[in-house]
Amino acid sequence: MNIKKRLVFTESLRELGLLLFIIVLSVAVQFRNPAFLTLNNINSLLTNTAILAILAIGMMLVLVTRGIDLSIGSIMAFTGMVTAITVARVPGISPALAILEGTAIGVVLGMITGVLVARFDVLPVIATLGMMNVVRGLTYVVSGGRWISSYQMSTEFKAIATGRTLGVNNLIVIAVVTYLVFTYFINHTRTGRRIYAVGSNPAAAEVSGIPKRRLIFLVYAIMGGLSGLAGVLWVAKFASAQGNTAIGYELQVIAACILGGVSITGGVGKLSGLLLGTIMLGILANALPLINVSPFWQMGIQGVVVLAAVLTNVMVRRNTERTALRRRAI
Amino acid sequence: MRRVVVSLLIVVLAIAPVAVLFASGASEEPGVQRHAFVFKNTGNPYGEKQMEGFQEGIEEQGGEAILRAPDQPTAEAQIQIIEQLIAQQVASISITGNDYDALEPVLTRAMDSGISVLSADSAVNPNSRLTHINQADSEMIGRTLIQAAYDMADGAGDIAILSATSQASNQNLWIEWMQTELDENPDKYADLNLVRIAYGDDLRDKSVSETEALLQSFPDLEVIIAPTTVGIAAAGRVITDRGLIGDVYVTGLGLPSEMAEYIENGACPYMFLWNPIDVGYLTAYAAVAAVNGDITGAAGETFSAGRLGDFEIVEASDGGTEVLLGAPFRFDPSNIDEWKDVY
Repeated sequence: MNIKKRLVFTESLRELGLLLFIIVLSVAVQFRNPAFLTLNNINSLLTNTAILAILAIGMMLVLVTRGIDLSIGSIMAFTGMVTAITVARVPGISPALAILEGTAIGVVLGMITGVLVARFDVLPVIATLGMMNVVRGLTYVVSGGRWISSYQMSTEFKAIATGRTLGVNNLIVIAVVTYLVFTYFINHTRTGRRIYAVGSNPAAAEVSGIPKRRLIFLVYAIMGGLSGLAGVLWVAKFASAQGNTAIGYELQVIAACILGGVSITGGVGKLSGLLLGTIMLGILANALPLINVSPFWQMGIQGVVVLAAVLTNVMVRRNTERTALRRRAI
Repeated sequence: MRRVVVSLLIVVLAIAPVAVLFASGASEEPGVQRHAFVFKNTGNPYGEKQMEGFQEGIEEQGGEAILRAPDQPTAEAQIQIIEQLIAQQVASISITGNDYDALEPVLTRAMDSGISVLSADSAVNPNSRLTHINQADSEMIGRTLIQAAYDMADGAGDIAILSATSQASNQNLWIEWMQTELDENPDKYADLNLVRIAYGDDLRDKSVSETEALLQSFPDLEVIIAPTTVGIAAAGRVITDRGLIGDVYVTGLGLPSEMAEYIENGACPYMFLWNPIDVGYLTAYAAVAAVNGDITGAAGETFSAGRLGDFEIVEASDGGTEVLLGAPFRFDPSNIDEWKDVY
């Protein structure tokens, strides 16, 4: 077995481990509360996880380029708020247009972050921390501190999140489509592959003529766009836009990526792993209330699971690298 | 290019403090009493309404209202604001406390320098205040909500509570009174089972997950009581989405704007809240009365509060004194339409 194959093998081993863990957890929860594996509950589990899944794709691309984006919760709040205000003022607006509006605003905000990071070499954590506060502040400014409530939104707009396409909830459909689009983008386009090249070895990528800055700009713009989309979906789902919407949600998204095997140090991350990581978090959020875990423990349990995933990650990788080195010595 | 941007940034940074000075250059008319209201945090419609009522009450009496709120709902941020207010020598400070005890040092310092200090809505400890303006009697809220659930469940069935965080002091006090109401009337509530108290942490997504878990775990659930606006709206949303209107009801405390849809569609037959405008308005009259020496904060004193009538200061359960606005206001399909645009 050559080195590359071995790497792929251990990586799938990790995913297999996560899948196994999900199955064991599900069976255990099922024993405690038989309502867990019912169609109804699985449907609400997936619906509640869809927004997280969409955001995780963008975050994975950002992490792959060795960056991080802390501003996405704020961008969701802002795009959600602006879209909700639009819907309240123009009740006849088509849902598709509302989604487009939110996404477009998100892209613009993401591009600002992109310029800061790619053009002015501001550290991603600092640039996005700044954007996080600026955009959150803007949200309060445009809303004047008021909330937009359910009765101010049209039924069509709320149906974005509650309606069904071919019997499946729209949020799930949107998440699946986003995954398909990005599977193609990441695996089958030159730009997609180059993002990984930039992340795994920036110096080599630049020497080989890959436009590093342009790609870094691109990933933040994509992240912004997905955050904008998620912001609209969030507001439609909960039928309420408030200034502190999704505060701190970026940490959930980053946790989903880490669980899914995306490396904070860049260059590594697969959509299949990401999907498992997201579903894992979704199951925790759904199952812990079902088995009546004390609220004091819920956060702690989530943290332990993320830490365990990171530890496995490190150990699997170290093992692989050691084997690779040993082979080279011979 | 980069140099241009950097110098632009420097110019902006240099101008910013000047602009702030201009923006905050309050008109200091001599002889006008200045009364400050410090809310928990900015961007909260409930708080905006409270401050609006406070301003109305102060201006009716010829004073000037200073309305302040920090970005984050922390005691530290409120301490900074109070220090500024002490430096400005305002006549009174009314505060919606972010912490019961942590504000004591700064508030006692304010009182030592001659400022009348009151708390409103969310209390600070008795040492840090002359008196507290309370929305409604906690006991009455707790008992009323159980009676509402009894009414909606037709006297029998499972009920559950969806609260904010497990440490939220207001909510915990109301829940204690709900349990007292159940315990004290075992015959009346013999068939009403409180099956679980869940915590949605005032987050939309978590409140929805908790509501769904309640519905999954207790298929015969009749009523969800949510004494918090995010929780009650999330429960209303889930019941509506799942087509459970008529099978499961939600009641509790919520903003009329957030609940309008669910009251109109029947998911929530009725719910309660006090009027935050009136809380602010009452606070304004109490603040002016305290500054003028009409009240000192002792139980038994009375003062009149404009359109709301006369109020008496009473003993509070925490050892201090308080003024009670009155019974919580009931919102139902007959009046929700006129209130949903107000707050």
